[in-house]
Amino acid sequence: MKTIQIKGVSKVYGRTKALDKVDITIESNRIYGLLGRNGAGKTTLLNLMTNKIFPTEGEIVIDGETVLENDKALRNIFYMTEQNLYPEGERIRNIYKWTKEFYPSFDMEYAKGLSEKFGLDTKKKVKDLSTGYASIFKAIAALASNADIVLFDEPVLGLDANHRDMFYRELISSYSESPKTIIISTHLIEEVASVIEEAIIIKEGKLILKQSVEELLSGAYIVSGEASRVDKYIQGKKCVGIETIGSFKSATVLEAVNNRDEALSEELKLEFARAELQKLFISLTN
Amino acid sequence: MLIDFNSEKPIYLQLAEAIEDNILKGIFEEEAQIVSTTEISVKYRINPATAGKGVNVLVDEGILYKKRGLGMFVSAGAKRKILEKRRNSFYEEYVQSLLEEAAKLNISKEDIVKMIVGGNEIEDNSDKGSK
Repeated sequence: MKTIQIKGVSKVYGRTKALDKVDITIESNRIYGLLGRNGAGKTTLLNLMTNKIFPTEGEIVIDGETVLENDKALRNIFYMTEQNLYPEGERIRNIYKWTKEFYPSFDMEYAKGLSEKFGLDTKKKVKDLSTGYASIFKAIAALASNADIVLFDEPVLGLDANHRDMFYRELISSYSESPKTIIISTHLIEEVASVIEEAIIIKEGKLILKQSVEELLSGAYIVSGEASRVDKYIQGKKCVGIETIGSFKSATVLEAVNNRDEALSEELKLEFARAELQKLFISLTN
Repeated sequence: MLIDFNSEKPIYLQLAEAIEDNILKGIFEEEAQIVSTTEISVKYRINPATAGKGVNVLVDEGILYKKRGLGMFVSAGAKRKILEKRRNSFYEEYVQSLLEEAAKLNISKEDIVKMIVGGNEIEDNSDKGSK
């Protein structure tokens, strides 16, 4: 069990409602993508799950126990924050040692190995790390924590393409070896699309959708071709992401891939393609 | 084995086909062990549940089988099964799209047949014709 239940949770700051009656059940041992635009409430939600802030209403329960001031429940969660919350003057290897104090199952050998792999000098102090290496260091601590639930807030911020790729692969391999509940909050949607099993999309503090990526993508498709013919095809259908370049048009049709009208498309000389998670996201959160 | 993330085909089906391709080519031999789901997920950067789903498609069809505690193996007769299945879908998968592309390019069915029989003869003929 590593199930998280978010029950009717709201968070109000003065006159702003950062989260508005959110209900989500996070199943154990799955990888989730927490997606939303800037200010949608992603970090607020992660902060609430880890008792860093308190909900205005509702509650968050892990395996039946509230997280509110509950050290026992919180010891099962590792939270990689986007902000640096570590003492600036401390050396990385000392922070690994401390982490081991809080998370007894922290794998020191793995952390050291990963640091070497990523070229992170663990003798360095937190304040001397570049943005990319600060992310790498925090991500390594999270991967090696061996906590039942690991939350990542923008884990690849400032990482170059090679390091991002390495991070996703390490995440998958560590997850395969010891399954855990993982939530990744990120703006790099296409990059995580194949890594995550389910997407949680929030907009302006409200839950818009929680669905498996595969289901989401099989519930939409792209149709393209000559503009007037595309118009003919999409007539009466629910569409998003309509783009026109000259007399060429493409649209994402919100309809199951199985229901595509193959005959009509052939008659109109149109082409089909797979929908992209990012395009669906943009249209859902616009 | 290659996976095209922009393809219309769901990733798990592409993965199943890629494994089949390797069996057809003899890279994965019958009764031999294939790579683990973990290795597949890490290599292609895909969720292990997706990789597992792809492998399970082949288990359900009797092309792969699990040995408890050991891993995944290619069934005896897997190659023949795949050949049969692929032959049945050859028209839909390849011939139809070939005809569609040819129609776009104004290539007649007769020309296609000539190409298949004689390689690139069509272009040579048109050269001769213009001289």
